[in-house]
Amino acid sequence: MSTSQYSTQGDSISKNFGRRVIFKNLSFQFDKNDVYGISGPNGSGKSTLIKIIAGINSPTSGKINHKNNQKEIIPEKLHNYLGFVSPYLVLYEEFSAWENLEQFANIRDVKFNKEKIELLLNDFLLYDRKDDLVKTYSSGMKQRMKFIFALMHSPKLILLDEPTSNLDDEGKNTVYKIVKREAEENIVIIASNEKSDLALCSETIMLEKFKV
Amino acid sequence: MKSKAFALFLKDFRSELRTRYAVNSLAMFIIVAISVILFSIGQEKIPQNLTGGLFWVVIFFSAMSGLARAFVSEEERGTSLTLQLIASPSTVFTGKLLFNLILVFIMNIIIALLYSALFEAFVILNFYLFLVTFILSNIGLAVSSTIIAAIISKAGSKGTLYPVLSFPILLPLILTSVQLTSACMVGTTFGESSINLAVLVCYDVIMLTASYMLFDFIWKD
Repeated sequence: MSTSQYSTQGDSISKNFGRRVIFKNLSFQFDKNDVYGISGPNGSGKSTLIKIIAGINSPTSGKINHKNNQKEIIPEKLHNYLGFVSPYLVLYEEFSAWENLEQFANIRDVKFNKEKIELLLNDFLLYDRKDDLVKTYSSGMKQRMKFIFALMHSPKLILLDEPTSNLDDEGKNTVYKIVKREAEENIVIIASNEKSDLALCSETIMLEKFKV
Repeated sequence: MKSKAFALFLKDFRSELRTRYAVNSLAMFIIVAISVILFSIGQEKIPQNLTGGLFWVVIFFSAMSGLARAFVSEEERGTSLTLQLIASPSTVFTGKLLFNLILVFIMNIIIALLYSALFEAFVILNFYLFLVTFILSNIGLAVSSTIIAAIISKAGSKGTLYPVLSFPILLPLILTSVQLTSACMVGTTFGESSINLAVLVCYDVIMLTASYMLFDFIWKD
């Protein structure tokens, strides 16, 4: 576990939906290359917290700071540092896996690293189906494809919301192997209730403690 | 940002070629609307100013039937989150605006050509004034439609909200465009139409500025 050049800090984060309090006064700091966990019962706000960390949702109060090499990252640029996997993430079904990834690289304005993409496609056992339309994929294949989407641009912070949903044992093992590999150089945050997912985490935020 | 926005436009363009989300509804609306007008007029001669008004009515409703797709299709397919993860809000808006601009220009050029071919009364005497009006109105229409589409894509009842929201926003643009088109048909000079042209320029600048300022808040939950 080494100190990361990237850090994410949450300061007194609270989130309400209307009058319903999801969590209150949640503070955390992720500044080491490691796997961190977020756990809690259904409806405790795991996905909400992951989205707040990713800058997709805003907290009701409190502040999230992302820093790279001690410099604060502006919200406009945050997406370049993030890798994100979740069951509610949807890729473009009218395109093939390869076309999706190529277009994502173009929109991000980063080099389309063919070697890295081919390696990831091989890791996630999708290389032979890379030219098929995503709509022809099974739910497990789509889930594996999301990992390639999350890792293709070498992000510093990898956010995984229920990373092993829809995956068979072989898929889960591949994910665990890659999570361990990525955590040597980056920060990985897993939001899950699966014991096997949380077993990878060095520290876990239990969200039920922050509910009033 | 330009190349990122252009890449996003290319993604939308390729997606449109495969799914035909917007093109089919636009094409059908144009054909049906012009056919209905032709059938209802029959052999009657209609005044020039009415032809100009009907021209913008067809454009206004065609825009409502197709241009909202830019954001609504992303929301319906659940790919909005994917876009949020690969591009900044300004890139997304620029890419979508570029796509709608191309779509508006193609759609309105087809409507203008069909009108010229099918309506005897649609005769433009000051072509350059019409060209400037056409370009400025199309830019305004594309910008307004894009930001309205972004707003309604987050709402539950998208179908009813789009015309309700777009009517007050597009009304100044449509009224000015109708007046300018009528002026083009009677051969009015640029000098005589300068106030209306200034209104169109101001409308475009205000809508573009307001859209870029608002989009960040609209795009994120």
